[in-house]
Amino acid sequence: MVKAGASRPRPRVWQLWRARARRVPLHTVVVGLCLLWLVPAVGLLVSSFRPPRLAAISGWWSALAPPYQFTLENYRAVLSAYNMERSFLNSLVITIPATVIPIMVAAYAAYAFAWMRFRGREPLFTLVVGSLVIPLQMTLIPVLRLFTAFKLVGTFPAVWLAHAGYGLPFAIYLLRNFMGALPKDVLESASIDGARPLAVFFGLVLPLSIPAMASLAIFQFLWVWNDLLVALIYVGGTPAVAPMTVTISNLVNSLGQNWQLLSAAAFISMALPMVVFFALQQFFVRGILAGAIKG
Amino acid sequence: MNDPVVLAIVALIGVPAAQLGYAVVIEGILERVPARWERILRPWLWLAPALCLLSVFLVYPALHTVYLSMLDARSATFVGVNNYLFVLTNHDMLLAVRNNLLWLVFFTGITVSAGLLLAVLVDRVRYESLAKSVIFLPMAISAVAAGVIWKFVYEFRPAGASQIGLLNAFLTAALPGFRPVGWLVNLLTDNFALIAVGVWIWVGFSLVILSAALKGIPAELLEAARVDGATEWQGFWRIILPTLSSTILVVTTTLVILALKAFDIVYVMTNGNFNTEVIANRMYKEMFNIHHFGRASAIAVLLFVATVPVMIVNIRRFRAQEAVR
Repeated sequence: MVKAGASRPRPRVWQLWRARARRVPLHTVVVGLCLLWLVPAVGLLVSSFRPPRLAAISGWWSALAPPYQFTLENYRAVLSAYNMERSFLNSLVITIPATVIPIMVAAYAAYAFAWMRFRGREPLFTLVVGSLVIPLQMTLIPVLRLFTAFKLVGTFPAVWLAHAGYGLPFAIYLLRNFMGALPKDVLESASIDGARPLAVFFGLVLPLSIPAMASLAIFQFLWVWNDLLVALIYVGGTPAVAPMTVTISNLVNSLGQNWQLLSAAAFISMALPMVVFFALQQFFVRGILAGAIKG
Repeated sequence: MNDPVVLAIVALIGVPAAQLGYAVVIEGILERVPARWERILRPWLWLAPALCLLSVFLVYPALHTVYLSMLDARSATFVGVNNYLFVLTNHDMLLAVRNNLLWLVFFTGITVSAGLLLAVLVDRVRYESLAKSVIFLPMAISAVAAGVIWKFVYEFRPAGASQIGLLNAFLTAALPGFRPVGWLVNLLTDNFALIAVGVWIWVGFSLVILSAALKGIPAELLEAARVDGATEWQGFWRIILPTLSSTILVVTTTLVILALKAFDIVYVMTNGNFNTEVIANRMYKEMFNIHHFGRASAIAVLLFVATVPVMIVNIRRFRAQEAVR
């Protein structure tokens, strides 16, 4: 504003500045909220590089002024001494199969719901829509007993299967809506030309559904990677299988005030989903819109 | 087979191969059966893997939980509605119900209105997509990590000591005479401190959906209102809000379910201490600390009953959409 007054501007420039000044509150609110969203996470990142001695006595913001004292020691400590290295690996081993398994299962079912006529199709799909909101809590005890009977408690396959089952209603729902919207004439003319359903599915429906499947894969990946409850129930007591969410929630209790260690552990768990998020944000957003607005 | 990496690789190659093989085999069988049977069987065979998983992990367990809720702690003797009577009169549980109501009202209300407000505001700035990404970012991280982030923000040191938690440090610096607050142990603030974390995570979700719907309102409509002398405020209440009402309902129902199921944030940050208990955490405690499977099941059933209205709204909306398809 100082500049506008100092250079004695022509009227048009003056009006331009006035219009801009009117927008100052707008920018203040938007930028302010963005900062409110970012600053807590930045604090975590900064703390994770601070020496324990300083982290205990001063706020993380004081590390932003000289003398700069940063260290990688916290990361070394949580990775080796607090089981985070193993937990990171466990999170990967849990998440990747638990993402891959349900997608194809859901795609088969979605194909049947979208393009085959059969008795009971509508009620059955209504059941799928209804099951979207069933609280997981309704299933925990019987499934835990089932896993106990099959000696699966505390194993990777238990978490894979549980996540595959829990992720299925949303996966079927999303893919069925997407496949149902594919051009009818293309699929029907392929059938008239004598293409078998197997060829129609793998040759036409599946390739055309790749965008929806990509959204779904990102969803399922983030949901499984960030899950606490399912892992806590089915593998919680087994450190050799426990993912990072379970390990960190234990560290919160055992490490208490050691913020530099807790923040390093938390940041290790956030790094991969943030990379996935930034790289594939468009698919993620598209999936949310398809899942929510269309249904 | 005990090496997790080997196990994962076997699963990653084996499972897709089995899934592909399944489709080839069922279509092979269908080619060999009479045409009438082929038509009847085909959909069910394509549905079968999904129906199996859904039966084992959702339908059967849900029904079985209802049954367990009427048995005693070890699921041995039938006790009728005793578990429900206990759960509905138990002090901790009633507290949890109260807190879930707080979540329901404040988490849902603030997240929807903040999302709506932000959608309208970012629509008017040039750095819209950057702002949206920033607000949306917490959606990518776990509630556990968010819990650590915010526990640190809320960190409390006695008055006079140097505050290392951002919130207390900021308030003591900004307001002279401000006494630091133990946000997560103070009975007046702790539930709201937890709800704020939920809001921080989920506003991005609400913003992205509402913002997409906002873009769907024809610019001419709002322009015409301005020409006719309507203020921005009137435009918001008379045009934007009514047009977005169905989308707002979609966002609200999703958030209501989240509020009812609130667990991770509470488990990590306070574990229900200092009157912050929620229903889902109560169930976890009955299940793993007290080992009373009857009561735990009764809590789960009550949680389910609370979600039924949302389920009905969702199914109705789905039917309406199918009708225009």
